[in-house]
Amino acid sequence: MAEKKNYYKIPETDDGTILFNVPFPEDLKQLKDMAPILIKQPYHIDYLHSYGQDSPFFAGLANGKLLSNKCPKCGYTYGTPRMHCMYCGTECDWFELPREGYIHCFTVCHFGSEEFLPETPFILILVEWPEVDTLFLARLVDVDPADASIDWVGMKVRAQFKRLSKFKPTDVYFVPA
Amino acid sequence: MPDVYVVSGGVSKFAKARPDRTFQPMVKEAYDYLLDDIGLDFTQAVELVDGTTSSYFSDHFGRQLMGGAMATDYLGMCPKHNKRIEGGGATGGLNFQAGWEGVASGRFDIVLTYGWETMSHVNTWKGNEFIALASDVSFDYPVGGFYSGYYAMMVTRHMKEFGTTVEQLALVSVKNHNNAFHNPYAQKRKRITIEDVRNSTMVAWPLTLLDICVMSDGAAAVLFANEEGINKLEKATGRSMKPTKVIGVGGGMDAMRMADRPHGDVILLPHEKAEDYKDLKYPGVHSFRSGRNASKEAYKMAGITDPINELDFVELHDAYTSSEIQTYEDMGLCKYGEGGGFVERGAPFMPGVDYGYDLPEQGKIPVNPSGGLIACGHPVGATGLMQAVFGHWQCQGTIADHFGDPTLQIKDAKRGAIHSHAGTGTYVTVSILEKGF
Ligand SMILES: [Zn+2]
Repeated sequence: MAEKKNYYKIPETDDGTILFNVPFPEDLKQLKDMAPILIKQPYHIDYLHSYGQDSPFFAGLANGKLLSNKCPKCGYTYGTPRMHCMYCGTECDWFELPREGYIHCFTVCHFGSEEFLPETPFILILVEWPEVDTLFLARLVDVDPADASIDWVGMKVRAQFKRLSKFKPTDVYFVPA
Repeated sequence: MPDVYVVSGGVSKFAKARPDRTFQPMVKEAYDYLLDDIGLDFTQAVELVDGTTSSYFSDHFGRQLMGGAMATDYLGMCPKHNKRIEGGGATGGLNFQAGWEGVASGRFDIVLTYGWETMSHVNTWKGNEFIALASDVSFDYPVGGFYSGYYAMMVTRHMKEFGTTVEQLALVSVKNHNNAFHNPYAQKRKRITIEDVRNSTMVAWPLTLLDICVMSDGAAAVLFANEEGINKLEKATGRSMKPTKVIGVGGGMDAMRMADRPHGDVILLPHEKAEDYKDLKYPGVHSFRSGRNASKEAYKMAGITDPINELDFVELHDAYTSSEIQTYEDMGLCKYGEGGGFVERGAPFMPGVDYGYDLPEQGKIPVNPSGGLIACGHPVGATGLMQAVFGHWQCQGTIADHFGDPTLQIKDAKRGAIHSHAGTGTYVTVSILEKGF
């Protein structure tokens, strides 16, 4: 058997090319053997996304405060804002989460959605607080992604805030405490 | 409530890309297979089918709204009832149950369901972005929306809570790939080892490329009928049907944001006791409460109290090796926390297949004999229906005819479960199939 050689390949892009015509057979019976035509359809949209009732959370991040909701009726305490309690339907109050919490679980993303590919490898964590009933999703920084280990679960972490707010949940991020 | 049967099913070949076809003729490939298998012709079907349901997950992948209507008119089913079903990764399983409901409600005698996905029209990373839009776009997506990352977070918690290992995860991939080696419909047919899985590219720690299913183009179709419907089909075809009875259906859901899930008490199955879990906070992010609820409902309806001994096989939603292990536990095939040992001992492997490992409990309850999503592919809107088709063939005992290889036929299979799952366990369906002839 001939040895398989891996020849160098030029990196590919999906820009395609502008095409104005394709070969066409005299005999229409040959049309079913034709290769499919693929065209490129760009699709860009700007959404005006309102944070609605959750807006105070983002205002809080811009002012260095990590806010969430607590149910005044049953006392359930949420780690991520939710204006109405999942357990009794009551409208919740705002409160400030502690600066320091613990890693409940984590991952290191070596790939990601197109939007976040340039940021890889990045670390996602769910943060827990002993006095809070649910969790909060955030990025962890200032650790080496190559050191990933189950021992990271339970690590004490501290919230830090971006000085120039982008009004995104990533305005807060965590570092080892 | 009338008894509801699966009478026939069909699957298109799942492939990375199908530029040769738009989605409508791809659905027709699965549909034509379904018709051919019972000897029904196109015009007879148009006359006998009372209504249809169609499923695809993402409007973004196809950039086509009302695709359900377009597939339906392509199959000649106008002007009868059709609706589209959507629920993330569980879209196909939800559509299966929508088809069942159409007959179980007494509204229709014969219902046709079909589903598909064309995921090849965007690059893999844009595709991951579309899928990640099935997470809260205010709080989750902007932090680094990536479903493999979400499931990886769940598994690090499972590992911490229960001591599950990456080698145990890898064994799921070994099993499913090696099974698919004998399934001509599967997208990835290769024999692999634990080392292959661990040495493959790291995607989201600790999940590698071989721990994760691939994106696919493909379609699947299922035909449902009550006894009256079966009579009509037998009269039209002059053949006796070999149906599979749907003896149980269950569904469940959980908060879309994983962060919102409670840390409370386990929902118990009949064979479990509260003492089994006295220190376990549930579901947290280590388990799928929706999967447990769906299993509990489906088992109750089917009269199943001891699932591992009362089921002959399970086709479950293994988008990730980790979610297969988590699902063994949700479905009560083993206790919560024991999923890693369950696969390590070989319980979910096919009997009589050489996987290259010592598996003392091999063949106890084959899980994903088809190869599952990891090896067959995951064209989302078709996936749950593909499981139903493979499950139907298992109960019929016709796997050898359809696969051209008898290896994956479970001997004397009478009863199996199919399980469909979405969004880190946001939606789950479980349906129980039983030989009906
Ligand atoms: Zn409350």
